[in-house]
Amino acid sequence: MTTFKTLARLTLALALVAPIGSTAAAQEKVTLLNVSYDPTRELYKEINARFAQVWKQRTGQDLEIKQSHAGSGAQARAVIDGLEADVVTLALAYDIDEIAARGKTLPADWQKKLPHNSTPFASTIVFVVRKSNPKGVKDWNDLIRPDVQVITANPKTSGGARWNYLGAWGYALQKNKGSDAAARDFVGRLYKNVPVLDAGARGSTTTFVERGIGDVLIAWENEALLAVKQLGPDRFDIVIPSVSIRAEPPVAVNEAVAAKHGTSKVARAYLEFLYTERAQAIAAKHYFRPTGPRSLAKYGAAFPQVPQFTIDELFGGWSKAQKTHFADGGVFDQIYSTAAR
Amino acid sequence: MTPALLRRAATSGQTAPTVRSVLPGVRLTLGFTIAYLLFLVIVPLSTLFVRTARLGWNGFFDAATSSRALAAYKLSIGTSVTAAVVNGVFGLLVAWVLTRYRFTGRSIADALVDLPFALPTAVAGVALTTLYAQNGLIGALFAPHGIKIAFTPLGITVALTFIGLPFVVRSVQPVLETLPKEIEEVAATLGADRWQTFRRVILPALTPALVAGVSLSFARAIGEYGSVVFISGNMPGRTEIAPLLIMSKLEQYDYSGATAIAVVMLLLSAVILISAGLLQRRATRRAA
Repeated sequence: MTTFKTLARLTLALALVAPIGSTAAAQEKVTLLNVSYDPTRELYKEINARFAQVWKQRTGQDLEIKQSHAGSGAQARAVIDGLEADVVTLALAYDIDEIAARGKTLPADWQKKLPHNSTPFASTIVFVVRKSNPKGVKDWNDLIRPDVQVITANPKTSGGARWNYLGAWGYALQKNKGSDAAARDFVGRLYKNVPVLDAGARGSTTTFVERGIGDVLIAWENEALLAVKQLGPDRFDIVIPSVSIRAEPPVAVNEAVAAKHGTSKVARAYLEFLYTERAQAIAAKHYFRPTGPRSLAKYGAAFPQVPQFTIDELFGGWSKAQKTHFADGGVFDQIYSTAAR
Repeated sequence: MTPALLRRAATSGQTAPTVRSVLPGVRLTLGFTIAYLLFLVIVPLSTLFVRTARLGWNGFFDAATSSRALAAYKLSIGTSVTAAVVNGVFGLLVAWVLTRYRFTGRSIADALVDLPFALPTAVAGVALTTLYAQNGLIGALFAPHGIKIAFTPLGITVALTFIGLPFVVRSVQPVLETLPKEIEEVAATLGADRWQTFRRVILPALTPALVAGVSLSFARAIGEYGSVVFISGNMPGRTEIAPLLIMSKLEQYDYSGATAIAVVMLLLSAVILISAGLLQRRATRRAA
């Protein structure tokens, strides 16, 4: 009887103490929220697990990295509207520029804080064609042939598709000694060959793969490689054009929020980790091109050589490109209003 | 607006009791109702107008009346009205069959009607596009005759008809169920032929519910985004619905421009729904 009573008391005491113990443990634990865009889910899942180990070894702290994925623009708007991201890893610098300008949670020169324009791994724009390339598509200029149908998403609604458009523009610009008029004509003719403008890049892939519409899908290299591998190496081929745009999905610490959460240090360490060889190897596995010279030497062979221009070189940065090409009344709208007439 | 239509549809035919309720708590429930509407409807919609006001009159005018915006209103309203009217005719037919006939699988058919309510719209969009694309099961039947369905306004109408169907069926069904079969027999014994019975006896009783159902179907269609973006093809000036234009404005962080289009859509929808409400009230009065 007494033993029972003692036992009961002990249990009660333990039950009272236990929550205190667990709160203490919870304080040890750090949480980061990485707000990213759609196709990086699997990539960051793997990187996050690895970095949590590294962080535990380095500091003894338990680290949990939460992920959020959606269209790049939608994610940026969520962060501006108050989604408490410690780090943002989006599809284009313009979206982070807008967070800096409107949300004011990170400085305007955020892109200078980390190497390679704050881009730990990059990609480029390539073509997916039907098996053994029946239309003989080899380069950008094949996309304006009247017998070729091209699938790409609407650059007004899809951040990813803006790279496709700028890739075509850059090619034409270089082919025609920098003539904007020639580039505009080229891009206009290319979009005449586009029968469906899906709202997002994934929608375009579905249109091309599932509906069987179009001869060429313009896509990010990592998405193209993934799609071909998952949906049928026996159904599609990848064509690398003679020149393409360097697609740079940048990363940044959302500084004001990280400071508020007290996670500035771990957030910064997390992004720096993305540049290490271990993270670069994971990125290469997920078909992103590494940017570090040593990783490039190690994994670069898996990616075909293609001369790439950057958005800063040809377009004077994202803000300018956005304003000239994709704003309402910009070049993209003009192409369609002249086509309608 | 629309719940009011629904309620009116539900009580149509009977004179609404204006007797004081025996249950207490008028103040409590009224207070709750007002607070509820305030936070869920009035405040959000007002911020829409406040955001638009930042544009100034000229900015609003430019954003709301660009040629693309005009094309989008025309497309959105045209396809939504068409879909609502198609649903009015065929939804009535479905409701009629479901209430007046007993056949095997009736309860399954009845349950199927609700499916467009429950299905995530993106799923509906993808499924419809698969079927109605040129290489799709249904699209392939029409393609040889030069009729393209997916990626044309016709395809948009198909998607909007799909999502709007349950509204008409579910509005008309309860009224049909309470309509005694005897009055049809009475009409017949008084010498009315079948068409006259339908037109002069049944239709007037159903009109309020039918108008309510069609209005709801329209209201749903006008704001639909998820299913339409897959089947529309989103070609600027041709198959761009107004909600897509709003999305593309948001993608440029042009919040004010987006709300300008939203305000125009809101006003246009309000005008159409109020006209439908007036039509319904007239029909109710005539039926009574």
